[in-house]
Amino acid sequence: MKLATRIAIAAAVGVMAQSAVAAELTGAGASFPAPIYNKWADAYQKATGNKINYQSIGSGGGIKQITAKTVDFGASDAPLKPEALEKGGMMQFPTVIGGVVPVVNVEGVQPGELRLTGDVLAQIYLGKIAKWNAPEIVALNPDLKLPAQDIGVVRRADGSGTSFLFTNYLSKVSPEWKEKVGEGTAVQWPVGLGGKGNEGVSAFVQRLPGSIGYVEYAYAKQNKLSHAVMKNRDGQFVKPEEASFKAAAASAEWTKSAFYEILTDQPGKNSWPITGATFILMHKNPANPQQTAEVLKFFEWAFKNGDAMASELDYVPLPDETVKLIRTAWTQQIKDGSGKALYARK
Amino acid sequence: MTQLSNPITADVPLDELRTVVRAPAQRVRRTRLSDALFGAMVTSFAALALILLAGIIVALTISSWPSIREFGIEFLFSGEWNPPADRYGALIPIYGTVVSSLIALIIAVPVSFGIAIFLTELSPLWLRRPLGTAIELLAGIPSIVFGMWGLLVFVPIFASHIQPALQATLGAIPFVGALFAGPPLGIGLLCAGIILAIMIIPYIASVMRDVFEVTPPMLKESAYALGCTTWEVVWRVVLPYTKTGVIGGIMLGLGRALGETMAVTFVIGNTNILNSVSLFAPGNSITSALANEFAEAEPGLHSAALMELGLVLFLITMFVLALSKWMLLRLSKHEGTV
Amino acid sequence: MSLLLQRKATNSLALGLSLAAMAFGLFWLAWILWTVFSLGLGGFSVALFTEMTPPPGNDTGGLLNAIVGSAILVGLGTLLGTPIGIGAGIYLAEYGRYTTLGRVTRFVNDLLLSAPSIVIGLFVYALLVATTGRFSAYSGAVALALLVLPIVVRTTENMLMLVPHSMREAAFALGASKRVVITRVTLRAARAGVITGVMLAVARIAGETAPLLFTALSNQFWSVDLDKPIANLPVTIFKFAMSPFEDWQRLAWAGVVLITMGVLALNILARTFFKPEKAH
Repeated sequence: MKLATRIAIAAAVGVMAQSAVAAELTGAGASFPAPIYNKWADAYQKATGNKINYQSIGSGGGIKQITAKTVDFGASDAPLKPEALEKGGMMQFPTVIGGVVPVVNVEGVQPGELRLTGDVLAQIYLGKIAKWNAPEIVALNPDLKLPAQDIGVVRRADGSGTSFLFTNYLSKVSPEWKEKVGEGTAVQWPVGLGGKGNEGVSAFVQRLPGSIGYVEYAYAKQNKLSHAVMKNRDGQFVKPEEASFKAAAASAEWTKSAFYEILTDQPGKNSWPITGATFILMHKNPANPQQTAEVLKFFEWAFKNGDAMASELDYVPLPDETVKLIRTAWTQQIKDGSGKALYARK
Repeated sequence: MTQLSNPITADVPLDELRTVVRAPAQRVRRTRLSDALFGAMVTSFAALALILLAGIIVALTISSWPSIREFGIEFLFSGEWNPPADRYGALIPIYGTVVSSLIALIIAVPVSFGIAIFLTELSPLWLRRPLGTAIELLAGIPSIVFGMWGLLVFVPIFASHIQPALQATLGAIPFVGALFAGPPLGIGLLCAGIILAIMIIPYIASVMRDVFEVTPPMLKESAYALGCTTWEVVWRVVLPYTKTGVIGGIMLGLGRALGETMAVTFVIGNTNILNSVSLFAPGNSITSALANEFAEAEPGLHSAALMELGLVLFLITMFVLALSKWMLLRLSKHEGTV
Repeated sequence: MSLLLQRKATNSLALGLSLAAMAFGLFWLAWILWTVFSLGLGGFSVALFTEMTPPPGNDTGGLLNAIVGSAILVGLGTLLGTPIGIGAGIYLAEYGRYTTLGRVTRFVNDLLLSAPSIVIGLFVYALLVATTGRFSAYSGAVALALLVLPIVVRTTENMLMLVPHSMREAAFALGASKRVVITRVTLRAARAGVITGVMLAVARIAGETAPLLFTALSNQFWSVDLDKPIANLPVTIFKFAMSPFEDWQRLAWAGVVLITMGVLALNILARTFFKPEKAH
């Protein structure tokens, strides 16, 4: 212990001379936005010296911790319903947008070649469509030579916002899915192997011939998995990419009910059907107004300066109009004990 | 100053003599005090350990109470795990945990036994410490590495070479073959069991080696003097003498296997379906179910059901412990004392 | 075949199998270490030990805060758990073999050997995090100590029970008090095994993620404040390895090498420090 303390002191002196005034804030929640929050926090610390420590423990964990007030802000991929927000005395706002992409491993099918619709996807995940050369799939892909191979369904073992978005989309497009399985971060999957994390699903899909899975866009891109193109609500087949995620976000009506908007199956001819935003949760009358004001300063900074970093990591930054709405919500909803708004518009 | 009539003490002043005579009594008193303090200290440590550990079980029971109340005994026999509908049953995780741990023990105990024999009987002296440390090093590899290595490195080779080989040989035997039926996916109960075996070998082997080493040499030499071979000495003298320690080591390893989360969850397949006895089938285990879903579970029945899964794990451990104690009791009947 | 030949054959077979078992164990170790090193050594550089955990996509950064944080957590956890564990083990073997307290403690301890680490983490969360309203390094250390405790108790008790009574009786006959008999004779005789127990426990907690997730959380930045979340290697490795970013994955594997080598170094240190005297 003595040695550790000595190293700690030496390193602290040599590496970081922090002023005692610098704020140290903690946030926890969804793993989907963790990379960009970390990137913003790193840049913010270099710019202002304040430390925003965000750790991914899962959306449910984020909700639990902010409710228990053990963190300064929570993060969740699934937005809370307005009633739940009211009950907890919290407000939420979106920060970035991302997409969930179906990926396949079928011999001879190149990335972006396979066409799927929401209904077919639901049938596959229900176990009703069991082979790749089933008539429904062939009908969508007349040019592809699909083998008579069993479809190996892969889904998430752990609860996750990615699963939430995926099952939410399937519930919207398939009444049978909605009735039999429903939506959630964890559901009772009728078929399929469970991979741990996006990493696990990618690994399974890469190794099992004839498999299909769903991952966050960044994983599909990084691991060069063979992604499918989906038919959206307007009947167009769209590729998963920043433009199609942005198009889906563009039609969101954020003003209604506390930013409770799930961006799956949005209208728009370029919209990617499985898009979603990720949210930050904060108390409206926080116990520690100082800390909360600092959190708001961080996100204000991120909205102003963080767009390029977000795109670099394959996230879609929010459109400016949405950010304006968020600022208004901050001013109106987050107040300290005396009723003064904690957000100071610069 | 009075003189004592004893010639030996005649020249010693009385005060000094009093000190000398008093000293052993003081020392005895001091010793009794320090003894009592020491005894009190270890007793309080034991009590503290008990309070902490029992507190965990109590806390677990309290937090799983909503689920116990809702499902009752059916929880142990239902194969349903449906978070949106709030219906939960532990049958499949229990099956997965028990089967994978059993496989792990079947592989690890003989191997650890062999390693312990090697380290204590066969190995040249200069090699003992390094080899022993090497085996203990296996315990130092983080469990998540076992999971990732398992998934990325072991599973492909397992699926393409070992599983087909098993199917071709053992799969042909009438009843045993059913255990090896099904497509060779690589992941599944057998894979999880093998990886668990590798993880618990250092625990069992190190403890076995340590208990073998403290066997009184006299016992072994007596046996050698009677003309026993090395193997006979180990099997009939060392093992019976150390059997409590050996069982303790196996319990340590089993505890690790039952409670292992990360490594299992990567390779077990996390499928809540039980429709064959095949070891090649994917399954689920208590710890992976807990770890996977806890972060996202909403407070309420889902969380309580997950906590109840943890409680069931303790029940399984309790059962295994009782079994081991019964076994030890039966074995002890045949021996004398040292 | 004559009985002698039969026995000799069994002997050779058994010893041959034990050699094979040793080779089997070493084979897996070598394979895993090979994977770990080939993936991890690529991430080694001076920066690994001087820079903090970076955000993704930066291609810089190191694991300094995680290394120091883990050292603090493992050190504190071992410091908290080992004395209580050895003390309780002494009680169970020497004082309380047949008492009620002894029996109950032994039973509960064996139960907790198989406790999933996540359950321990949640317990400490309810005890120390939810009540104080923040994640902290000391709650992480307590969680790790609770993992160390059953292992140390079990191995200490095991080893002490194997010391033959004749040794104890000889010491008592010389007039030693119970305390002296235990500390200077019995414990010393069992020393190697007790050290093994502590080493196994340390090895276990060095790589545990789940208990820290709900107690010490982790920290992107430098912090040695025991009252705040602290960076640590296992959680960092978990996060980085499961990400799609290559620079993060490289750091994760380098971190794995660090943990493994750290445990090895500790093991060697403890063995040389507590070297058992040569037998006579």
